[in-house]
Amino acid sequence: MKKKLAVWKFSSCDGCQLSLLDCEDELLTLADQLEIAYFLEASSRIQPGPYDLSLVEGSVSTPHERRAIQEIRSQSKFLVTIGACATSGGIQALRNFADVRDFLSVVYARPDYIETLDKVSPISQHVKVDFELRGCPINKRQLLEVANAFLNKRRPNIPNHSLCMECKRRGLVCVTVAHGTPCLGPVTQAGCGALCPAYNRGCYGCFGPMETPNTAALAQRLKDHGMSSQEISRVFRTFNAEAPAFKEESLRHEE
Amino acid sequence: MKNSSKRVIEVKALARVEGEGALHVTLKDDEIVALRFQIFEPPRFFEAFLQGRSYNEVPDITARICGICPVAYQMSSVHALEQAFGLKLGENYAQLRRLLYCGEWIESHALHILMLHAPDFFGLSSVLELNQRFPQVVEQGLRLKKAGNALVTVVGGREVHPINVRVGGFYRAPERKELRELIPSLKEARNIAREVLDWVADFPFPELEIDYEFVSLKDPREYPMNRGRLVSNKGIDICADEFTTVFEERQVEHSNALHCLRRDTGGSYQVGPLARFNLCFEQLPASLQKIAAERGFTPPCNNPFKSIIARALETLYACQEALRIIDSYQRPDRPHLEPDIKVGSGSWFTEAPRGILFHSYDVDENGLIKRAEIVPPTSQNQARMEDDLRRLIPTLLHLPTEEMRAQCEQAIRNYDPCISCATHFLRLDIERL
Ligand code: SF4
Repeated sequence: MKKKLAVWKFSSCDGCQLSLLDCEDELLTLADQLEIAYFLEASSRIQPGPYDLSLVEGSVSTPHERRAIQEIRSQSKFLVTIGACATSGGIQALRNFADVRDFLSVVYARPDYIETLDKVSPISQHVKVDFELRGCPINKRQLLEVANAFLNKRRPNIPNHSLCMECKRRGLVCVTVAHGTPCLGPVTQAGCGALCPAYNRGCYGCFGPMETPNTAALAQRLKDHGMSSQEISRVFRTFNAEAPAFKEESLRHEE
Repeated sequence: MKNSSKRVIEVKALARVEGEGALHVTLKDDEIVALRFQIFEPPRFFEAFLQGRSYNEVPDITARICGICPVAYQMSSVHALEQAFGLKLGENYAQLRRLLYCGEWIESHALHILMLHAPDFFGLSSVLELNQRFPQVVEQGLRLKKAGNALVTVVGGREVHPINVRVGGFYRAPERKELRELIPSLKEARNIAREVLDWVADFPFPELEIDYEFVSLKDPREYPMNRGRLVSNKGIDICADEFTTVFEERQVEHSNALHCLRRDTGGSYQVGPLARFNLCFEQLPASLQKIAAERGFTPPCNNPFKSIIARALETLYACQEALRIIDSYQRPDRPHLEPDIKVGSGSWFTEAPRGILFHSYDVDENGLIKRAEIVPPTSQNQARMEDDLRRLIPTLLHLPTEEMRAQCEQAIRNYDPCISCATHFLRLDIERL
């Protein structure tokens, strides 16, 4: 019997589930090994649970989503969150730093029609998560690794060291050392392949904080480079603003 | 014929669209008494949290509105901001941006044609079922999509949320050699795109002709992507600054997206591949016009189901155009030009795969965003989709409800709706309903 795969969407941009469809070479092979039982973006055929592997994209931002994730957890044997939205709230969690009612009236003339929660939260605040895959978006190699590990009943091999190590491994020149470009690499988890430094730009943290990052030291360095407090606060407040290490650092520099 | 009866067509969660939507139709005595294309994708308030961010963060932030067409968001935002700063870039930057856009058109169109829309024409549920029927088409189609992704990856850094786009140009302009390495896969993609065009042109199309107002950019020099005036077949001819004087967004109770309508007539309109095809056919190279004509596909085309042919034609065009740009590529001396930061306002629209994407910003003296407004293609097409269904449903009354439902879904997919996009728009000065 093939294992049943489900892909779920919460508040998100669809980019992480698209990464699955972007595995052009592996998609059909994967579909041979896993039965795609629920993947609304790709198929209108819906099979009932339980599901062996659930991939969850997006964060919880509405009352409906708060209920839905409970149901999905109870139907899923193994649940993996994919991407920054699901693992740390994503860009929409920026609302947590403001009053959502102000936001509503900025976008909608009749805010009372819109159902939304005042705080956006990652999936792990609601249910037990078996594995978290980082990135905004996730890296598709890492996604395939998670799928393969699941099929072979082993732990996915996803490193949690900093981006700097990945950058060194690619033999890239450090953008901070060479050009004084501010870079979040020292505190950000590897996984993207050190894309930004390869394009002469500093990392902006889409994979979120690595394990035990020294954000204070980095913030000091950014300050020495002439960045203002607001600017420092903003660099930690993008796609992983709700991740504790980045959140605390951004609050420290808020004025 | 069923009479004096009530029928409900309900699609609780639309599949094979980007994002979350639903459809609800109530018929009483074969009359439509309620019709709602609902968008329940949660709102994410981009326009609100863009306020106070620096101009140079905008392309990265707005990309996250949509994982399917991030390049479109980056293109509209950087052009609008360059407009605000009065920064003009040379033609080599324009060509490189166009190249990046070609990549997104190829990947997004291939995704929609193959994985989302084609299954409808055979009553299938997904690309996997399609693969059992047409393994060769699917295998080739995936290669086509991959070529688009590879192009975005080389120019943009990665396929979803590229990292290389900035106000003033790029972080790093690709080397000629890097681009030339793409040529074999793009040539193959071009051949595949031709076959895909032949394949979809022969699909069985439901009969439906609608007198549309088509709206797209138009530029005498080229098929539209990043520049041109906004025109329609019913008299519109404006620049980006005039957008909100001609169109307005209205909030409707059943949807988290705003409907965009013509201010004067209150009428709906269509944007996207079929609009571009109808309005800008002469801007296609003669060879492509000929290929289209040989397949009996020339403007005017008012059958919404044939948008899939327009999409295939544009995919072929984008492959060809990418090859042309790579061939004449001159690497800019500097990857980007530094804008002169000052108080200003800028508006721009570009042609996202699904149609025009409007961005408008006010910037303060430090380059921080004071106001942002974004009108994505799907909120412009949303009212039109409902109007199409109003026209379509009376022709389907003889069918069992299940088949009616399938055709209604197909009619929505004609627009390749990107529902993730449609839930972000902002009018600070919006009229209270
Ligand atoms: S993590 Fe980023 S790419 Fe993934 S769904 Fe969220 S916004 Fe999109």
